[in-house]
Amino acid sequence: MSVARRVAIVDNERCVGCQLCMFACTRRRGYGGLGFSAIHVKSTGGIESGFTVIVCRACPDPPCQKVCPTGALTVREGGGVRLNMDKCIGCGYCVDACPFGAIFWNPEVNKPIVCVYCGYCVDFCPHKVLTFEEVKP
Amino acid sequence: MTLGKVLYIDLSKRRSWVEDRSELFSDRLGGVGVAIKLLEEELPKGADPLGPDNVIVFAVGPLTGLYPMASKTVALFKSPLTGNLGESHAGGRSAVAIRLTGYGAIVIKGASESPIYLAIHNGRVFFRDASGLWGVGSSLTVGRVIREREPGAGVRTIMRIGRAGERLVRYACVNTETYRHFGRLGLGAVFGSKKLKAVVISGKSSINVKDPASYRKVYDRIYEMATKTALMRKYHDIGTSMNVQPLNTIRGLPTRNLKEASFEEAHMISGENLAENYLGRRVACSHCPVACIHLAALREPYEDEPYFYKTTMISYDYELIYALGSMLGVSDPEGMLRLMNEVEVLGMDAISTGVVLAWMTEAYERGVISDDDTAGLKPRWGDWRVYLKAIRMIVEQPTEFYRDLAMGVAYAASKNGGEDYALAFGGNEMPGYHTGPAAHLGFLTGARHSHLDSAGYSLDQRLLKKGLKPSVEKVVDYLISEESWRQILSSLVVCYFARGIYRPEMVEEALKPVGYSLDVEALRKLGLEILRDKNRFKVREGFNPEKLKPPKRIYETPTPLGHVDEKLMEEAVKLFYERLAL
Ligand code: SF4
Ligand code: SF4
Ligand code: SF4
Repeated sequence: MSVARRVAIVDNERCVGCQLCMFACTRRRGYGGLGFSAIHVKSTGGIESGFTVIVCRACPDPPCQKVCPTGALTVREGGGVRLNMDKCIGCGYCVDACPFGAIFWNPEVNKPIVCVYCGYCVDFCPHKVLTFEEVKP
Repeated sequence: MTLGKVLYIDLSKRRSWVEDRSELFSDRLGGVGVAIKLLEEELPKGADPLGPDNVIVFAVGPLTGLYPMASKTVALFKSPLTGNLGESHAGGRSAVAIRLTGYGAIVIKGASESPIYLAIHNGRVFFRDASGLWGVGSSLTVGRVIREREPGAGVRTIMRIGRAGERLVRYACVNTETYRHFGRLGLGAVFGSKKLKAVVISGKSSINVKDPASYRKVYDRIYEMATKTALMRKYHDIGTSMNVQPLNTIRGLPTRNLKEASFEEAHMISGENLAENYLGRRVACSHCPVACIHLAALREPYEDEPYFYKTTMISYDYELIYALGSMLGVSDPEGMLRLMNEVEVLGMDAISTGVVLAWMTEAYERGVISDDDTAGLKPRWGDWRVYLKAIRMIVEQPTEFYRDLAMGVAYAASKNGGEDYALAFGGNEMPGYHTGPAAHLGFLTGARHSHLDSAGYSLDQRLLKKGLKPSVEKVVDYLISEESWRQILSSLVVCYFARGIYRPEMVEEALKPVGYSLDVEALRKLGLEILRDKNRFKVREGFNPEKLKPPKRIYETPTPLGHVDEKLMEEAVKLFYERLAL
């Protein structure tokens, strides 16, 4: 079995809010912009007070999966979820269920955006905020 | 591709519509290249800069949202300070938000009768009442209120004005994301005249790319250059403020209204000292790995209660240190930071404000103005407490003299006297370089009268290092070619700090996967064309190159390259416009 990995935040105080991680996630799919980004960075109350990074933490027992009415979300071995686009009806329940707000919405296709744990974004964080690590049980 | 869509907003009729201007964008890239055309189309000749006929154009470019450091928004308008071309650039989240809400440019015209702010979310425009926000003392509070009220956290820009914009100070700025500014030439006053308190824009769409594989390849190269080479290091480490010491050493740092060109206490306000003792956080514009925005943490005790402090984050840059530090003889870093915070709170251009205060101090020293004029203030070099009060007075305008100051230094001096030491070029207050003739020639002939137009200051410094003394022709040609190329950067909306990465060949490469095929020669030609368009617009609005004269002061104080020669300067200005061939 291959190890399940996830993006983890090493130190969000180092984050400068450049959003390169967000751009990387959409670029991974061959687009510019931010429409498919599964990671989000916003200020914690104005730029002066620093930034929060929001990304799926690959829960071992994921609340988002439990509310999916069609079985489009399944539990990934080791933690986190997989999304089957064909089964997804765009109800948005998972978005509300994630306590971290780590499922995003793409209104262009009316479907959720769920992290696929590829680690691409980590390579584009210039300030060592992110790491790609093994999910510990 | 959504870049070709232009959003038009009429504040008088509270109406908005969208037009497809794809052709304009394929001919002229975006940014300033497109915006100057839109401004020409929309602005009636001779329009009052503070009347409803003035037009504001915001434009972004074909690389925005795709590559790092293409995140500047260009704003064009008619300047209430100079009476001709108004142009200023700001980063933050503005450019990415405009592009990802679905537009390449936004044109705002007309004027509202009562205060409003605009909210543009995913392409839709909302006119929101801002009567409650009008008159709020701090532009930072305005940002805070809107932040709580509007959606789009993380992918939005909040452009807003402070009291200075409301009060039509001709060099009021528009603040965005708290620490970035459309600083120069008075966009804030134009907002104020339209009763436009703020513009919020959010968007998160994706952008189709013609060739995704090569797009990613070019991206990786740019990213490597930005993060793994020395190209961007100086902006990243100490930031632009690292210029203070070297400029002071060569004696090119304007000090006390340029009575001198070096400051004996420069080490106190140097980038090194600020970084060591005050730097609290560094932040970045959207899609920029460099993070050049340096925020100082200023801790101040409350006087009414022991062990009770407030900590304010204040952004600083070289130009602010020059204008509110050496120009005013202020060496106390905390005093200087307070001045920076004050112009931020009120929403004024820091360079213009500093130059105005410096002139006021010298005029007072010489007895050209009196205590009646200053309403009792006694300006004195280094006394930041007085300057703090004077800044407020420029906004409140309790006497005619402060109303004059609010019009800019050229106007104030033409009315009160002291023109020889009123440091304005083409009506715009002087930037922080007394490096030699090229700098001053650039201030005079640059379309915005800004140091960034043609960067003569950097040519001066290179000539000094190499001990060269080129002919007037050579210098003029260099400035025209540099300013032309910068029109391309400003049409792509690439940050000038990244100009070492976005060399002509790299620009050609970066444009290909996006669907543009322009070679280096075509790019250079287009740059010159845009520069001519801007100057033609200036002339159309009354700019007369023959009347361009620098203040006498620049001839009196020696530069690192010696005294600037008045005759040669006049010759150079003439030659510049001949070669530009409008
Ligand atoms: S999306 Fe949210 S709830 Fe679902 S696995 Fe990730 S963090 Fe957990
Ligand atoms: S790990 Fe992959 S899918 Fe998840 S946020 Fe990063 S780039 Fe996007
Ligand atoms: S790339 Fe790193 S520094 Fe930039 S926003 Fe993302 S987490 Fe923050």
